Amino acid sequence: MSENILEINNLSKYFGGLAAVSDCSIKVKRGTITGIIGPNGSGKTTLFNLIAGNLKSSGGNVVFDDENITDVPSYELFSKGLLRTFQIAHEFSNLSVLENLMMVPGNQSGEKIMTALFKPSLVAQEEAVVKEKAKEVVEFLNLGHLSNELAGNLSGGQKKLLELGRTMMVDAKLVLLDEVGAGVNRTLLKDLGTAIEKLNKEKGYTFCMIEHDMDFIGRLCDPVIVMAEGSVLFEGSVEEAKKDEKVIESYLGRGSKIKDTN
Amino acid sequence: MDFVNAIILLLNYIFIPALTYGSQLALGAIFVTLIYGILRFANFATGDMMSFGTMMTILFTWYFQSLGVSLGVLPTALLAIPFGIIFMIFYMLLIDKFVFKYYRNQKSPPVQFAMVSIGVMFVTQAVVRIIIGPGDRRFFDGEKFIIKAREFKEMTGLNEGLALKSTQVITIFVTIVLVSLLFWFLNRTKTGKSMKAYSDNEDLALLSGIDPKKIVLVTWVIAGILATIGGALYGLDKSFKPFTYFNNMLPIFAAAIVGGIGNPFGAFLGGYVIAFSEILLTYAYKKFFMYILPESMEPSSLVQLLSTDYKFAVSFSILVIVLIYRPSGIFKGKVL
Amino acid sequence: MRKNLNVIAAYSIMMVLILMVGIFQSWNIALSIFNLCLISAVMTMGANIQWGYAGLINFGIMGYTALGGLAAVLISVDPVQEAWRAGGFDILMSLWLIVVMVLVIRFVLKRFEKSKIRTYSIAAIIISGILLIRFSAEPGIEAIEAVDPAKTGFLGGFGLPIIFSWIVGALFAGGLAFIVGKVALGLRADYLAIATLLISEIVIAIIKHEDWLTRGVKNVIGLKRPAPYEVDLQTTDWFIKLVEKFNSGKLSVIENLADRQAALNQLVIEGSSVFVKLCYSGLFLVVVIILLILTQKALYSPWGRMMRAIRDNEEAANAMGKNVVKQHLLIFILGSAIVGIAGAMLVTQDGLFTPGSYRPMRYTFLIWVMVIVGGSGNNFGAILGGFVVWFLWIEAAPISLFLINFFTAGIPETNALKAHLIESVPYFRFLLMGLGLLFIMRYRPKGILPEKIEIK
Repeated sequence: MSENILEINNLSKYFGGLAAVSDCSIKVKRGTITGIIGPNGSGKTTLFNLIAGNLKSSGGNVVFDDENITDVPSYELFSKGLLRTFQIAHEFSNLSVLENLMMVPGNQSGEKIMTALFKPSLVAQEEAVVKEKAKEVVEFLNLGHLSNELAGNLSGGQKKLLELGRTMMVDAKLVLLDEVGAGVNRTLLKDLGTAIEKLNKEKGYTFCMIEHDMDFIGRLCDPVIVMAEGSVLFEGSVEEAKKDEKVIESYLGRGSKIKDTN
Repeated sequence: MDFVNAIILLLNYIFIPALTYGSQLALGAIFVTLIYGILRFANFATGDMMSFGTMMTILFTWYFQSLGVSLGVLPTALLAIPFGIIFMIFYMLLIDKFVFKYYRNQKSPPVQFAMVSIGVMFVTQAVVRIIIGPGDRRFFDGEKFIIKAREFKEMTGLNEGLALKSTQVITIFVTIVLVSLLFWFLNRTKTGKSMKAYSDNEDLALLSGIDPKKIVLVTWVIAGILATIGGALYGLDKSFKPFTYFNNMLPIFAAAIVGGIGNPFGAFLGGYVIAFSEILLTYAYKKFFMYILPESMEPSSLVQLLSTDYKFAVSFSILVIVLIYRPSGIFKGKVL
Repeated sequence: MRKNLNVIAAYSIMMVLILMVGIFQSWNIALSIFNLCLISAVMTMGANIQWGYAGLINFGIMGYTALGGLAAVLISVDPVQEAWRAGGFDILMSLWLIVVMVLVIRFVLKRFEKSKIRTYSIAAIIISGILLIRFSAEPGIEAIEAVDPAKTGFLGGFGLPIIFSWIVGALFAGGLAFIVGKVALGLRADYLAIATLLISEIVIAIIKHEDWLTRGVKNVIGLKRPAPYEVDLQTTDWFIKLVEKFNSGKLSVIENLADRQAALNQLVIEGSSVFVKLCYSGLFLVVVIILLILTQKALYSPWGRMMRAIRDNEEAANAMGKNVVKQHLLIFILGSAIVGIAGAMLVTQDGLFTPGSYRPMRYTFLIWVMVIVGGSGNNFGAILGGFVVWFLWIEAAPISLFLINFFTAGIPETNALKAHLIESVPYFRFLLMGLGLLFIMRYRPKGILPEKIEIK
């Protein structure tokens, strides 16, 4: 078992002639919360989409847990323990909060139509276990009072929490969080941060998160990786990143500043 | 001599009919592609809208005939087509106002539009059948042939006759003129260019001050012209029957997709691709081989790759191959 | 509970309507409407599984219906020995060749990396295979079609009870759906609609054209029945007694013995036809109820939950480890198989198979109107849609005739417009369906009985 849970080697993705990710190499250590920051258009989300099998790469490879997972479809990555959330919440809007969580575990025998129809007792047994687990997660996320609400009716922040909750239904090894804090209010953001830390410490999840909120990053992440124009610009601690000239330039060059509220 | 005979045979039974049929499909396919590119839905009422336009043309043809007006050697229908177009456009705008506009404002997904167009399809079928009935109508008058097979034989001394129907010449001629005008309009005029821009990127086009209402209006006007002329030419060449028009929707869709949906030039060529493949694959080549092969090698069977019943199978196979290997169509879609 | 009241109310109104037809028109008409409503309901359940559960558009319903019908022929008709002797060997050889061709293609696909050469060689295999098969089957086909063409001219079937065809029809349709799904399911929704529509047209073309298998447009008539024949019933003692008992009040009024006998005979003839239809109703009801129970159970199982999740958001479902492509294929097959059952039921009831009658308006688009009007995603809604729309489809002509007469009451019969309108009465059903669909989509886009999300 190598020290790195995820190794990205020279990964590239071209859209037409445009390079969204070019020759990008990143290593994520086990047990860390690695932050990925960078100005808009620097290829962060494309990178996630490549790792998670939502896009086909144009070159390079991705190794997860000592296994080459380049261009493996996302549903297969799930069973290997690599999960992701989305920048815009992808809740199942016509399912209740509890159902959103209960659908997650893989290999439920009730998901085979024949078993679902003709072995009701087996299915009921499993369902009880899954439901118990889902209830735990709901409580953990402080969404208990909304268990039976349709996920479509939740607020933006609650949807993000729910998405995080989905990753807790199974034993994930690595979770990719795509701007999990965007559009979430301050109090809820604190809960989110706590939840992430707790999962990291208690359950040994490795996180890799794209974030814009430097406070949030500063609180959770070590190390951070700064991306610009499709490749890695900087790697190190948050404090170092804030002082690094290349990093500042890459942000200023695009007309925005690193939010520093300290 | 046999070789010339063989060439005439192919011209007579494959090339000219396929060029005619292809022109008719091409007009329909451009209609489909325009609606898809600008209004952004697959219009399942395509065939029936064409039959509505044709029906109006037929009614006016009858009216002119009753008045004794005619174009001499040319079919009276040519005179009636402009009136058919006016009614077709009126009908389309009416439907757009009462049906499609609502969903456009709602920004409904394309699937919902497609379902709504099925409602329009039902209504249009009913309207056409109630007004003119479901039967077969021929409304061609004037001189039928430009060259008759017998005359051709006498003239050239060949065994094979070449018959050139006036409807074939009219179809090809009108299509060339109409399509040239259309491409001139799309590429050279301001409105045409703004339609392109709108099809390419709606939001950007709106930001640059293009009036969407005008775009929609112009689209339906062009669609009305294409649908009526395409339908009327098909009806003149073959005959008018509502059910046939409904069925023609399938090769028309195939042509539009093969050409790259959203791309009018692709749709234009797609029409010919479909027409030629359908006819080439379902033609019985026995006579052709009898001309070019020595007697000892003459085929005993019809040498027909597919029975004519499998016309759709040809369109469909091309469609599947294109969709699998070049999903954006042979000529790449979305460049209106 | 309120929603359940809706369901009960809607179904009661529907039943009252059918009963009214029974009372005012005749019980025969009412029952034939009811039976076709049941068959339509099975079809809508199939379409609803695909559209309502998974959001897949299938405009090829006609093709699956026809395959179900073909199954009814192939299962129930007795084999034509002579035709088998004449061309059976050639046909079996061709089938064998098809199997070989498929295996070769599979081998090439598995053995070689994706490349241009592979693509071209597969194309070459397919084309040469088709030519070879055509060549080898031709004499057999001609021989078979020459065997007493007025009566048979095809291979016949297996001579089994027709009811088995309901299962075989499902298998046929499911098999076709597997192939179609493999090819077309990756397409965008509107392309999928067009592709499935085209495929169904091809299926019909094959059924119409391959006379050696289906008798084509010459039709197959006089299929075996799962229900008794009217003629037999009319001479059966217990049935006559039954009719006598039912109508004892009416009959006892008639004094004259001969008259009474004549009246009884008349009642027996009418009764026999009603009785046969009732037998079918019973069989169809059993199918509808079984399917309803299964589909409801499936919808509220973890499987149904997964399907609804996929419908809501494919990308997220994929990220949660659900193989969306596989599940789409599965649901496409299941829905089509149910439509196949309906196709077999239809031919069973009619007792004849007429390939020429399969038209997309009736067998594809009308079914879609049913699903949308009834309420997609809701099985009770889909069934109701089948009932309402079929009822209107049949009763549209009398209703519009009544309306035309009502509004033109002052105009003499000889008026050309009035005569023309009355002549066009059959086409008002298209108008009614189109307007109905447009109104429902505009003002009640979720249908009469909207999908209800039960939270337990």
